Amino acid sequence: MHRWHWSRILLLIPFIAVLWVPFYDRAEPSLGGFPFFYWYQLLWVILSVGVIGVVYLLEHRGEG
Amino acid sequence: MNTTALTVFILLFAFVTAIGFGAGRWRRGDLSQLHEWGLGGRRFGTWVTWFLLGGDLYTAYTFIAVPALLFGAGAIGFFAVPYTIMVYPILYLVFPRLWAVCHKHGYVTAADFVRGRFGNRWLALAVGLTGILATMPYIALQLVGMQVVIGAMGLQGAGLAGELPLIIAFVILAAFTYTSGLRAPAMIAVVKDLLIYIAVIAAIIVIPAQLGGFGKIFAAIPPAKLLLPHPPAGSLGAFSAYATLAFGSACALFLYPHSITGVLGASGTRVIRRNAAILPAYSLMLGLLSLLGFMAVAAGLMKNPAIAAGFKTYANNFAVPGLFLASFPSWFVGVAFAAIAIGALVPAAIMSIATANIYTRNIYREFINPNCTDAQESGMAKLASLVVKAGALVFIFALPLKFALYL
Repeated sequence: MHRWHWSRILLLIPFIAVLWVPFYDRAEPSLGGFPFFYWYQLLWVILSVGVIGVVYLLEHRGEG
Repeated sequence: MNTTALTVFILLFAFVTAIGFGAGRWRRGDLSQLHEWGLGGRRFGTWVTWFLLGGDLYTAYTFIAVPALLFGAGAIGFFAVPYTIMVYPILYLVFPRLWAVCHKHGYVTAADFVRGRFGNRWLALAVGLTGILATMPYIALQLVGMQVVIGAMGLQGAGLAGELPLIIAFVILAAFTYTSGLRAPAMIAVVKDLLIYIAVIAAIIVIPAQLGGFGKIFAAIPPAKLLLPHPPAGSLGAFSAYATLAFGSACALFLYPHSITGVLGASGTRVIRRNAAILPAYSLMLGLLSLLGFMAVAAGLMKNPAIAAGFKTYANNFAVPGLFLASFPSWFVGVAFAAIAIGALVPAAIMSIATANIYTRNIYREFINPNCTDAQESGMAKLASLVVKAGALVFIFALPLKFALYL
């Protein structure tokens, strides 16, 4: 059993990224016609996959 | 009436009906055991769980209501994206542990867990009743989603004739849930999710091309709706509304009985952790889909009299169906609408199974017939799933459409 693996602290990162609304409530810099507000949050969907994936791999390292 | 769209729609619907009835034989188990009927025998691997939870959490109502919110209210509707970003770290941390405890002790519902952990059947009853109460209107909302697309194909009538398509769809749903249990929505979810991905990918390629690109689409949105309004000094205003809406929803999602049913159907804790990493694919799709609300603004749908009539009946919930009608040939409209309607069947089936599990475990066996056999228990659950669906149907007919839209 993995009671508490240190890597799980990384799971806080997506929370900080999306709860800090004043940081991303802006139109510029835009990307491919998308205002910052929209592409920043869509990008974090993908980055959050990366974070969870890394935690999973670190936690299950060396298991069959 | 849109005959081509309707034909495609009915064919796809018939296809998933056949799957639903056939599903009972898939990975055959003894369906007279509650955990076999109500949790698919806790045997779903990573991919089946991915389809099942994806079909379960991203419902027809989501596909209609989130774009409708962007269409009507603007940026605040995008809260669905941070919401579904935060929900998966929570799934990763909390729910494998719940699965392990429930697996060890044979728990089928969250209230079972509370009963075991705190040893108080009244507390378990309170948790169970809360779950049932929260899920009933949610099932009714799935019906709203179905109602909108059926109406959009021109099947509108007065009185019972107008409600008939919805009633037929729900009788089919009730029948295959009864015979196949959780295996039915698990298998149908595969078809539903493929159809939804096809519809969304087509929409975000074809429609922006018709409208002159994403830059033009965002430019058509009034500046006040494009971003959250900056709060006045000394207040967090829309910023805290946006953040708390997303965070609160993320905390709540996996406490819904239908989410827990989906999680407990997994074959192990590792399946759940892997799913926390792959389920965000649906969030990306939802984020892109939500932008259909802005495309509906940019497309000037109100100028088309046939579509404006739809808005009159279904208000902003007509944004997505209206956009598909305006942008695609009829046969593809049929595919997209079938995706939405089947997208209503899957969660509605899982929700009715989840509430049936709660009724059976935490009310029937706890208070009414403590010495019931396994077969009696699962028979009662099947029966309860029928009652729940009949209740949702009554709820939707008794409730004027206008109120349902505001839920």
